[in-house]
Amino acid sequence: MPIEPEEIGDLIRVALPDAEVTCTDLTGTLDHWQVDVVSLGFAGKRLLAQHRMVKDALHERLMDGTIHALTLKTRTP
Amino acid sequence: MAKISLPIAGGAAKAPASDSKTPSAAPATGNKTRAEGGTVMTEIAHEVSANKLVLYMKGSPAMPQCGFSARSAQILSQFDVPLYTVDILRDPEKRQAIKEFSKWPTIPQVYIGGEFVGGSDILAEMYENGELGEMLSELG
Repeated sequence: MPIEPEEIGDLIRVALPDAEVTCTDLTGTLDHWQVDVVSLGFAGKRLLAQHRMVKDALHERLMDGTIHALTLKTRTP
Repeated sequence: MAKISLPIAGGAAKAPASDSKTPSAAPATGNKTRAEGGTVMTEIAHEVSANKLVLYMKGSPAMPQCGFSARSAQILSQFDVPLYTVDILRDPEKRQAIKEFSKWPTIPQVYIGGEFVGGSDILAEMYENGELGEMLSELG
């Protein structure tokens, strides 16, 4: 079940409107993604909290398998 | 061995107690396994409290069935803390339950001292910056 990178970015920006999102398709199958997110919303938050913000934004797509694997990198600008 | 101690003020390296999504689905006491008449949720609560370092993974450390699980097992096996692993591929009920227990949608999942720490990306980053070694050395 594929997902387009634009949709990943849009979902993340619902939670983090300033987010700069870079998606890399790791397998060419549109379901194994590396996602790098840069946002001021991460400021002062621990890594677990930062990853939770992104995973929560993508929750439905992760639970239904649309995104099968996700490598995540988060940081502030 | 990454036994690096970072001088972090205010004990910031300790696992967060204030995260509103830390496991709360199971009672703190009387966590029975399913064999003892408990539920899969109480069994998970038992596993993460009875073992200081727990990895829920796909496959085993010797035969991992997923690259993320393999990487996590490899990192954790470098420390002197006994590693308790659970192969969720052998337990479909637990595979689903662990995601609800931690409110975290992906596997692997690491628990240290009963606290959910994160998945493989968080583990790798904490390994590289020394935070993981510090957490494990504080287990006592």
